[in-house]
Formats: sequence, structure tokens, C-alpha cells
Amino acid sequence: MTPPPAEGTIVAKPAATPAPDSEVQAETAPAAVRVETPLRRFIVDFCDSPLALFGLAVFAVIAFIAIFAPWISPQNPYDLAQLDIMDGRLEPGSQSMDGKTFYLGTDDQGRDMMSGIFYGLRISLLVGAGSALIALLVGTTLGLTAAFFGGRVDSVIMRIVDLQLSFPTILVALMILAILGKGIANVVLALVIVQWAYYARTVRGSALVERRREYIEAAQCLALPNRRILFRHLLPNCLPPLIVVGTMQVAHSISLEATLSFLGVGVPITEPSLGLLIANGFEYMLSGKYWISFYPGIALLVTIVSINLVGDHLRDVLNPRLQK
Amino acid sequence: MTVYLIRRLMQSVLVVWVMSLIVFLGVFAIGDPVEILIAPDADQIERERAIIALGLDKPLWEQYFIFVQNALRGDLGRSFVFNEPALRLILQRMPATLELAITATLFAVVIGIPLGLLAGLKPNAWYSRTIMAGSILGFSLPSFWVGLMLIMVFAVQLGWLPSTGRGETAMLGGIQWSFLTVNGLRHLVMPALNLSFFKVSLAIRLTRSGVRETILQDYVKFARAKGLSPTRVIGVHVLKNIMIPVVTVMGLELGSTIAFAVVTESVFAWPGMGKLIIDSIYVLDRPVIVAYLMIIVFMFIIINLVVDLTYSFLDPRVRLGESKA
Repeated sequence: MTPPPAEGTIVAKPAATPAPDSEVQAETAPAAVRVETPLRRFIVDFCDSPLALFGLAVFAVIAFIAIFAPWISPQNPYDLAQLDIMDGRLEPGSQSMDGKTFYLGTDDQGRDMMSGIFYGLRISLLVGAGSALIALLVGTTLGLTAAFFGGRVDSVIMRIVDLQLSFPTILVALMILAILGKGIANVVLALVIVQWAYYARTVRGSALVERRREYIEAAQCLALPNRRILFRHLLPNCLPPLIVVGTMQVAHSISLEATLSFLGVGVPITEPSLGLLIANGFEYMLSGKYWISFYPGIALLVTIVSINLVGDHLRDVLNPRLQK
Repeated sequence: MTVYLIRRLMQSVLVVWVMSLIVFLGVFAIGDPVEILIAPDADQIERERAIIALGLDKPLWEQYFIFVQNALRGDLGRSFVFNEPALRLILQRMPATLELAITATLFAVVIGIPLGLLAGLKPNAWYSRTIMAGSILGFSLPSFWVGLMLIMVFAVQLGWLPSTGRGETAMLGGIQWSFLTVNGLRHLVMPALNLSFFKVSLAIRLTRSGVRETILQDYVKFARAKGLSPTRVIGVHVLKNIMIPVVTVMGLELGSTIAFAVVTESVFAWPGMGKLIIDSIYVLDRPVIVAYLMIIVFMFIIINLVVDLTYSFLDPRVRLGESKA
């Protein structure tokens, strides 16, 4: 987020209020005092809410587990040689044939649930965050283009956005996967297609306001290329709402991926995400073997709620109407 | 108004046409229908005969033309699995889905509005905070997970409610309904509650913000000043004014409720349209997939049209000319 020095002032402008403040402070206070940049102010504001910090901490732990799953898991759940069918469907805390403890029990294949969840988190986060990121890039570019050029380009792009948003996300994703079939790449594609419109609409909304400001006019008078105006001048000023929507969409896309995988149209069985783990344990739940789908469910829940806690507070911090 | 309606209808026809193209090309061109339709042990001559019989030797545009022609006559192909017309198969399952979706909407109104009222009247009370926190959960939790938890608690642990199927049904108007028998109702409660989870949160939010706005209005102050009892002020003057938008939005959400029924139906093995499409995707029953997608697209275009018209009818400030597609 740190802007290049030449455009620092421009970036400071819309998050607006802090900029004059900081200048006054910098003048009156001795030079040793740290200047309050928008970024620093944002961090201070964010730290106001213990709940949001807690969410961030929990998410950090989850991300750590997802990234380092192969090194911290007790067992490699994909390696069939490490599994023993005799260990199948053991209760949480029971011992395996060769003396290991399964803290969260095992599934029908004798797979350690904890390892399964660690690896599942990895896939869930990869698909969820990855698709949200790609959708962000696509949606932001199209939204900026629509707002900047206006006219025909704008109406064509926004027509597609409207049409897309009038169908429920789950339905569009289901349609795409019914046509393309299972697979991680297909799920990512489906999630990108259902999500880009949210970003495009958000960016267009704030870009429409920003593009009438003087600094855009100034940039145009300098005969800067459109690409540069779009991404170096317009985009940084549309970031705050985008960050909020982006955070919420990561949670949404993880939840949607889990739902699709639960329905059996998402990720393939060889690379189970949390949703697929839950689906696998579903049939055993009715016979009282709750842990096979309960613990992956808890992992999914904690992930989604922690992201939402952060996103909810980000919305308060970044909302210019709420700023003092 | 008429001009607008005609333009909207033409737009809708265009969307249906584009969707039919996408669905047709997607389902029939990406995968190889020959592999699925013809037995793998068939010899070359049998294969060719079958390809000609199915019209798969014709160029793609001609196949599409035939598909559209048949579709316009209401023939969307025969299911491979059930060997029945796909359209009839889907229409047979539709009442079950509608029953579930309507019950869920009812739950949302019955549970959501009182809770929203409570949270709106005393925004800082502990129970209001709890209700609002709950509604955030309702928005963010995946609905299949909530369904699983309901099954775990009420079906497995407590054993109060059955977890799968529609139970006993009774005939009304030539259609089987679950809500007419006690056993059917017991089967209906959990899936409907699960499906309504998101809508309840929505109703809470709408009601709460409605109450907080209305309570500051002059007519509410006047009603109080007149010395009316608080129950009457809230029950008549406040509630009546917020009911219209809340109920309208809930009704208009019916479309997305039907879409999300796919998830609930899969969790609770509720034999509706959603379960059918998921089962068809598993066994690659293409005619059913195509028919379902076309019906859903058609249904949503009609729903969106009705939504736009209703909004402009309810709120004259919504200008029809600028309405969304």
C-alpha cells in the first residue's frame, strides 16, 4: 500500500482527513516525531478493536497451518502407505495400531483427521483466496475501465454486471461446473466468474466520483497514458472500499467452494478441501460418528468467521463517512 | 410503461437465447456425447448407426437448430436414467422445492420480524447485540454446515426430528404435499429452518433498520403524544409501515431461496429439483442438466422482470427507463 513518493500526496488525499492533520503535526512537532501517514493511522485505527485483532490473529494461525501443512501434520493423508485401514473411524484421542495418537479421530480410510484438516485448509484457502484475487484483478480492471471511459463501454460492462448479479452465485457456479466438470482449475474459474461483478461494481462506484476530481484532470493535461492514469492515479484512490469487499469476498469464496465441494461438483476426491472432507463424513454422522465431518466443519467455521471479523472492522475503519 | 415492458421483454428473450447457446454449446460440445450415449462395447457399424439416429453427424449449428426447435415445442430431451421426458421429470419435482422455499420464507417472516423489532426498539440492550451478532453468523455461515449441525443435534443426538426425505405426503390438487400430514410436517421443519437461516438474518436487518427509521417519524411521536399504549404504537403505527418493504423483499427473495434449495435438498435428501440436478450431474444425465438450466434461466428472467415491475410499482421514484437488466 505504500505509495511511491511522487504520488504520495495524491494517495493521501481521499482518505483525506488524515493528511492535513499530519502536516500540522509534522510542522509543530520536532522532526524526530514520526509523521502520521495514512497507512500508520489506518493500522492504529484497526488496532482499536480487540475483536478484529483476535480475528486477524486466528486467521494468521490458520494461514500458517495451511502454508506449512506438510511440515506440521502428523501424517501425510495422501500417502496411502502411511494409512492403515485397521485404524478406520477411530474416536478422537484414540491410539493407532502402532501407538500414535489421533487427536481428532480418523476417517473411514484410517486417515488422521487432523492431518486431513491441515491439508484441506491448504486447498480451501488456495482456491478461496486465489479465486478472490483473480476476480479482484479482473473486476477492478473492468470496473475502472467502465468508470473512466464511460459511454458505450460503461453500459456494456455494467449490463453484464447487472445480469450476472441478478442470478444467485450458487446457481451460476453450479451451472459452470455442471458444464465443465470437477477440478480445482474449474472451481477457481467458476468462482472468478461469479465474483468479478462485485468488484467491478464497487470500483466503478468510487471511480465515478474520483474521476471528476482535479488530479485526474491534471494527469490528463500532462498527457499521461490512460493506462498510467487508471492504475497509478485512479486505482489507489478507489482502494478503501475495494479492500473491504475483497476481504469479505475471500470469506464468501471459501464458503462457496466448500458448498460446491460438499455437493460433489467442486474439487476432485484426490485433493479434498474442507467441504469435501465434511461431505465424506456426512454419511457417518447419522450413525453417531460425528468427528469425521464435525472437525473439518469447525475449521471451516473458524476460518470464515475470523475473516469476517477482520472485514467487518475494516469496513468501519475505511468508511470515510465514519472518520472523525 | 408499455414501451418499457416491450423493451424489457425483448431483452429477456435475448438473454434466454444467449443462455440457450451457452448451455447447449457447453454441455454438448465440450464433452463428447457419443462416448456417453453409446455403449462402449458397440462396434463401428453400431456406433455410426447410433450417431446418425441421434443426429450427432449433423453440423453443430444444425444440431443447435433442432434443439431450439424442440425446446420451443416444450421438448427438452429424454433423461437417460429415468427414460422420461426431462421437462416432465423436473416439473414433477418442482412442488417439493416450492413447498420447501415457501415454508422457509414463512419462517423468515415469523422469526425474523419479531427479532428485528426487538433489536430495533432497544438497539443497545444485550439481547439486541446478541440478535445482531447472530444475524452476522446467518450471513456468513455456509448453509450446508448449518444443516449438518441441525441434523447432528436434532436428529442424531436428540432424535426429535427425522433427517431425510419428505415423509408421508397427502394429495391436494393432484400434487403430493408434505405439509398436510403430521409426519410430513416433522420432515419439513428442519430443511425449511435450514433454508430460512439466511433469510431470517435478512429479515432481522431489514426490520431493525426500518424500526429505527420509523420510530423517529412525526406520526409515531404524535401517536405517543396522543397517549396510545406502547403496544398499539408499535403494533399498529410502526409495524404496519415497515411490514410492506420487509414482506416485499422476502417475497422477491423467493427466487434465490429456490436456488439455494439445491444445497438444503442435498443435505436433507429432500426430493426436489435441486436434488435432481445434483444427481444428474453425478451420472452425466445431460438432457436433464440442460432442461434444468434452461428452466432456471427462464424462471429467473421472469422473477427479475416481476421484481423490477414490483419495485417501480411500490416506489414511484424508481424510474423504469434506468432499471437493471
